[in-house]
Amino acid sequence: MAENTVVQDAKAVKSEPLFGKKEKKLLLDPLNDNNPITVQVLGICSALAVTSLVYPSLVISVAVVFVCGFSSLFTSLIRKNIPKQVRMIVQLVIIATLVTIVELTLKRYNFTVYKQLTVYIGLIITNCIVMGRLEAFAMANKPWRSFLDGIGNGLGYGVILIGIAIIRELFGKGTLFAGSPAEWKIIGPTADYMINTLADGSWFGWYANNNLMVLPAAAMFIIGVFIWIQRSYYPKLVDIS
Amino acid sequence: MHSTSYIVRFVVIMTALVAFFLALLSTGWKDQIELNEAIFNKRAILSAVSDYLGDQDPKEMSDAEVIGIFDSKVDQIALDMSGTPLEAEDIIASGYKGGRAEDIDMAKEKKKDEADRILPLYVFNSDKGKIYIVSVRGNGLWDEIWGSIALDGKLNVVGATFDHKGETPGLGAEIKDNPAFPNSFKGKKIYNDDGDFVSVTVVKGKAGKNNDYAVDGLTGATVTAVGVDEMIRRGIKYYEPYLQKAIAQ
Repeated sequence: MAENTVVQDAKAVKSEPLFGKKEKKLLLDPLNDNNPITVQVLGICSALAVTSLVYPSLVISVAVVFVCGFSSLFTSLIRKNIPKQVRMIVQLVIIATLVTIVELTLKRYNFTVYKQLTVYIGLIITNCIVMGRLEAFAMANKPWRSFLDGIGNGLGYGVILIGIAIIRELFGKGTLFAGSPAEWKIIGPTADYMINTLADGSWFGWYANNNLMVLPAAAMFIIGVFIWIQRSYYPKLVDIS
Repeated sequence: MHSTSYIVRFVVIMTALVAFFLALLSTGWKDQIELNEAIFNKRAILSAVSDYLGDQDPKEMSDAEVIGIFDSKVDQIALDMSGTPLEAEDIIASGYKGGRAEDIDMAKEKKKDEADRILPLYVFNSDKGKIYIVSVRGNGLWDEIWGSIALDGKLNVVGATFDHKGETPGLGAEIKDNPAFPNSFKGKKIYNDDGDFVSVTVVKGKAGKNNDYAVDGLTGATVTAVGVDEMIRRGIKYYEPYLQKAIAQ
């Protein structure tokens, strides 16, 4: 049966372009019109938990793009062989395998980043976006399109995650990319920062980091504001969810 | 609908394939991962004595440099709870195949009864005499926290590093991410003028500039700060029998 799938796809490639309009839509739709966080409101839990710093959010986003893309690809490849009764367990095994690979790869090649992210890497397994895409798309579509759909949704998730993290880290801590090899110290009370709030004649003497921003509640507000802005620009999204 | 026997076959074959692949990957990379972990721990231990390493910063050293300095300047001793140094066989008997102090897993030791624990002690031979680096472990808000405290020949604190498993980034995780917190332990005393053990207290709020026995707490991370306080208080005490003998010599 697996051979059948491959043969069908070969035909599909001949008759349709490898990267046509439909493919482009699959990849780019989740970035705005069908964003997993702001439109489908999935994956909120991790968006609250990991976004206090930009760098971990970035690594998690890359990992989610990888897991989401390849789990869609593999699920789609064996979609006709998966017994319907146990399909969710099968999807979960595929996701968990990929997440374990991500975890081992980080341990092997970048142990410091692994140590920063420990718990969050494992949490990708429970990210509803990944399984949501497998159920909703990969089980019913061909491998290449499923792969693009997975990548697109991973990117849509990552864009929002990094957006939230930039706001939270900048106003909560006065830095960007803290913990990474290239940390930017933007605003703070010592000479290490680009804007030194305590320097003589500084205009920013009143400035203090906002402690609310480091709490998960801040992410909730920021996601709310993102949704508000997005729906003001695109009124067609208002009645979707 | 698929038959039950098909489902069973499918699941068994799939699980076997996945298990085989992951086991292969995991065993293939095991040595390198263990080495990474050892280097990570050694780097953390050296960070506690970064003031004695000249202008070298343990965070920026290469892996080879970390191993080089650690092997040439650090003696490792394993102690039982009465402060008696242990032989390699005793460490192996406690369940650590390598037989060295660095093989001791503090997380496992923390689960044992207090009397049965064994402790790793690292002695850094600096230009200014021996620095004793003790390992401490306790509980933060969400999960375990641990650290290394460096004590000089008078048993004053000369450095500290902390790490955690799952504290909140930006709040409890500041014990590791904000260098100002571990640095604030430098120069603090753990014995009062009468020679009684008082440890270093992590106070809620500001400790005051001239307080030799306390450091500032962390805003928004009270539980983690209390955890650090308890961890140090209990952890250093475990080493007391050995340290008192060692500095008396």
